[in-house]
Amino acid sequence: MPRSFIFRNPSILVFIGCLAVFTVVVTVLSEGFGIGFLSTSFIKTLGKTLALCLVAISMDLVWGYCGILSLGHFAFFGLGGYMIGMWLMYERTRDIVVTSMASAEIPPTQQEVKDAIGNQIFGVVGSSDFPAIWTLAGSLPAQLALVVLVPGLLALVFGWLAFRSRVTGVYLSILTQAMTLALSLYLFQNDSGLRGNNGLSGLQNLPGANNVPQAIISVWFLWGSALALGLGYVLFTWVVSGKFGSVIRGIRDDEARVRFLGYPVEAYKLFIFVLSAVVAGIAGALYYPQAGIINPAEMAPIASIYLAVWVAIGGRGRFYGAVIGAAFVSLVSTWFTSGQVPSIHLGFYTVDWVDWWQVVLGLSFVLVTLYAPRGIGGLFDLISGRIAPNRHGADLGPGAGSLQEKEAIE
Amino acid sequence: MRIFFLALVALLFLVSPLSAQNGPVQTLLQDNRAKIIKSSRKSIQPTIDAIASSGLPQAQLVLQKWQAREIWQRKADGLFFYGEKAAPKAYRLFDFDSAEPVGEFPKKQLKLVKPNSGVRALIGTSLVQFQLNDPDAALRRAALLSIERDPAVELLAPLRASIGAESNVDILTLKQRLNTLLTIRFDTDPETRIAAIKEVAGDLGVDVRATLNPLLTTDLAFAEGALPESKNIAAQRVVGEDITAAAAYEMLVAANRAPTVTTANEIRKVLAAHIVGGQVGGAAVATLDDLGARIKAYDNLAASGTVPPRIAEVEREATLASFVFYDLYKEPAKAVTDAARKTLEGIQTRVGFNQALDLGLDALSLASIYFLAAIGLAITFGVMGVINMAHGEFIMMGAYTGYVVQQIIPDYTISLIVALPAAFVVTFAAGVAMERLVIRWLYHRPLETLLATFGISIAVQQIAKNIFGTQARPLTSPGWLDGAWVLNDVVSISYIRIAIFVLALAFLTLFLFIMKRTRFGLETRAVTQNPRMASSMGINPDRVNMLTFGLGSGIAGVAGVAIGLYAKVTSELGADYIVQSFMTVVVGGVGNIWGALLGATMIGSLQKGIEWLNPSNTLAAQTYMIIFIIIFIQFRPRGVIALKGRAAGD
Repeated sequence: MPRSFIFRNPSILVFIGCLAVFTVVVTVLSEGFGIGFLSTSFIKTLGKTLALCLVAISMDLVWGYCGILSLGHFAFFGLGGYMIGMWLMYERTRDIVVTSMASAEIPPTQQEVKDAIGNQIFGVVGSSDFPAIWTLAGSLPAQLALVVLVPGLLALVFGWLAFRSRVTGVYLSILTQAMTLALSLYLFQNDSGLRGNNGLSGLQNLPGANNVPQAIISVWFLWGSALALGLGYVLFTWVVSGKFGSVIRGIRDDEARVRFLGYPVEAYKLFIFVLSAVVAGIAGALYYPQAGIINPAEMAPIASIYLAVWVAIGGRGRFYGAVIGAAFVSLVSTWFTSGQVPSIHLGFYTVDWVDWWQVVLGLSFVLVTLYAPRGIGGLFDLISGRIAPNRHGADLGPGAGSLQEKEAIE
Repeated sequence: MRIFFLALVALLFLVSPLSAQNGPVQTLLQDNRAKIIKSSRKSIQPTIDAIASSGLPQAQLVLQKWQAREIWQRKADGLFFYGEKAAPKAYRLFDFDSAEPVGEFPKKQLKLVKPNSGVRALIGTSLVQFQLNDPDAALRRAALLSIERDPAVELLAPLRASIGAESNVDILTLKQRLNTLLTIRFDTDPETRIAAIKEVAGDLGVDVRATLNPLLTTDLAFAEGALPESKNIAAQRVVGEDITAAAAYEMLVAANRAPTVTTANEIRKVLAAHIVGGQVGGAAVATLDDLGARIKAYDNLAASGTVPPRIAEVEREATLASFVFYDLYKEPAKAVTDAARKTLEGIQTRVGFNQALDLGLDALSLASIYFLAAIGLAITFGVMGVINMAHGEFIMMGAYTGYVVQQIIPDYTISLIVALPAAFVVTFAAGVAMERLVIRWLYHRPLETLLATFGISIAVQQIAKNIFGTQARPLTSPGWLDGAWVLNDVVSISYIRIAIFVLALAFLTLFLFIMKRTRFGLETRAVTQNPRMASSMGINPDRVNMLTFGLGSGIAGVAGVAIGLYAKVTSELGADYIVQSFMTVVVGGVGNIWGALLGATMIGSLQKGIEWLNPSNTLAAQTYMIIFIIIFIQFRPRGVIALKGRAAGD
């Protein structure tokens, strides 16, 4: 009898436990539900970090397990954010418009309300008509479906085109980067229908919850993000365990061999790519209501590259590594760039961390790549004593048992 | 005795003006005295003409002084002089005829002749004929330029009169051309105008098009029934196709030929104004959140006679059907507009052809910029298979090197000559250091090379920001690179772009020379194809890799100087080019310099082509270009020129 799924993956229990403890502790310390030790803005930062952890594990799924270095995952993340942002902005503007029109002598018609909303939302880009893509903006279920469908569809089309022509490795990375660049440039236009470089704003206000203070809403979103992260973690662990996971890892280590064994490599890769894009879209839909604003700059290629940096520093090929990397690097980045870290006076020069943090991050990234390909997550191997057998040569993939350099070049 | 005295006074009174009135100019001015003092735009023209056509040598002087408000009248005898300020409240006067000073007079005794701006403009027009015949060629040119800038019907006659006497060939050509243009615009005889229009056929000048286009401007007009035969009509406008029904109807309303349609907005306003006790038109206000209900309420109000009856959309259609709408030429003569249209069409064809040429030149220059940016990458990525995300930062380093050299050497030409090799040395060193410290440990892990070089890229970018600040630094090009090579009013290309093109060609030659004709190139090609075989033949692959990487980085640095000359030098300079550079290499085909050249040409001309189709939106152009490239990769995954055989890798 095969051992149970959870027993084979003890990290799930540990992870879910840590996540639950974290959520409870934060709730108790929050302003909305607890003693008010943590400020609302910090709760939001923590909630956003959880959403970033979710996109990081989806990045780890494609990169760490399937070997596809996607430098365009923030395109999916941003699209998810845009889709939920459309509903939030539409409904909130509708609330405002209806309230202001209620004082008119004659009750407004549906069309008048719609025109007024259009005017409010698109006045900033010199228009007042709703573009076709806003057709479903008034319906929450439809927009929630789009959060999943739009990134999924983009990943499906892009992945199908790329994988069927066997674009792999660095070429694929550059293509995904081009994809996110094209998308962000497109959205920067005023006539793209999503308010150009103004983006969507005021997303932190939940329609229909006008009387609920932000202190409580922020905790709600924290719970939502924690729940999504937990579910995503379990889902991904389940996907990569068992036979299916072995094929995925096989594709990462030597795609040609897996193909010769008769597996439809393209279909496997496409499935993983689309799945991770969908989860990235969900993560975006959780992130941007907490951030309050989304604009096309969020999808610039640099954002996706940072995502790769988080996963690499945390340790790819293990989901808890991606979570640790995303949480650690994004929180430390926030701390360093907020100007709270004291400057170092060298006498002839003052090291101001707001200016020098990027340099430290870049160089530490180089060092991690060179000397610690397993990242922070590799430390857990030391604790658990699971040190891979010495197979003479640096390993090519991040996981234990992956192809070694000496073997690869022969 | 007393009579004698009176006679003497009378004599003096008569004689004193006469004695000063000896000059012909003064006589002329005195003849028109009343008009000059109380001048008005409507009545002054004969006086100006009289002075201008008097044939007196001082006529120009008089008009100039008059226009400049420097003519003074002596209160004592009413004579006119021109004056200059000699002391506070005192003026030194000069006689017009002799140009001799008459003496200094306190301001109290004088009266300034003050022509208003309308009169001064008329004087200015009259002065043009003097300027057009001025012995100084520069002044004649200036006069022509001012006519060109501000053409007017009055200037045609003096311009024509001055052509015969013109001796300078260049100016004569200018005058004849200006005459043709003014004739097209202002002449009263249609035949002369048509002849002039035919004369400019095929002329690419902007001024010609600016003259012809206004002839073809139209007004939107309408008539009841059929099109009027007698008018010069450009085209009929079909309602619903060439003009919206709403706009057409609005014209009729504006001309009081049709009643206003009651819009939904008006209905709402009228209803709001007639609410009585929560009811309007027999309906409760709360039920009026629907257009149908509102119309019903309005009609009820109209039926009771409170408001005018509603004109529905249906009636609008019927009214519109009884009218025709058309574009009416502002120019009444049909022959003139026909000739102008024909000539303009001919010109447009030629302009289109030349624009295509100009676009081709633009594309070529953009291609050479991309080629310059990508050639270093083609070496590191193409030949060595190493992804260098910090390539853009090498470009940026080169540009900053140029900037620093310029701070030390103030002469732009010398500093440029120094900066090119300096940039090569700096980025070569940086490239070698990077290869030794990072890349050589990652040769078999391309994805990790990508990430590690990216880490270097963000660090270097931030260091540049910390040193040079976030604002753009100027890298000034030497004076001989300013300006542009102008073929005609449509086609032109700046010298800096020509220089970049030449530089790109030079690098292509240099690269080919190094790769095909030197020992180092041979070793590089050997290591690229089969490192083990190469090393067993006595080639040190480590050394070759290091030098190749240094060479690629060095070329990026030189490209940085060139790019910095026309773009602003910022720490993000390189990042702006990195994606395009990769695209160039990927589209062209890895490992082949001709591939990079082809890729750059393709991407450059594609981008310019899309920009031309949609000139207002360069963002969209970039988006479509990237989408095109993604699709292109589908069909040629290894680029235009794909490597074959063992070097292809798989």
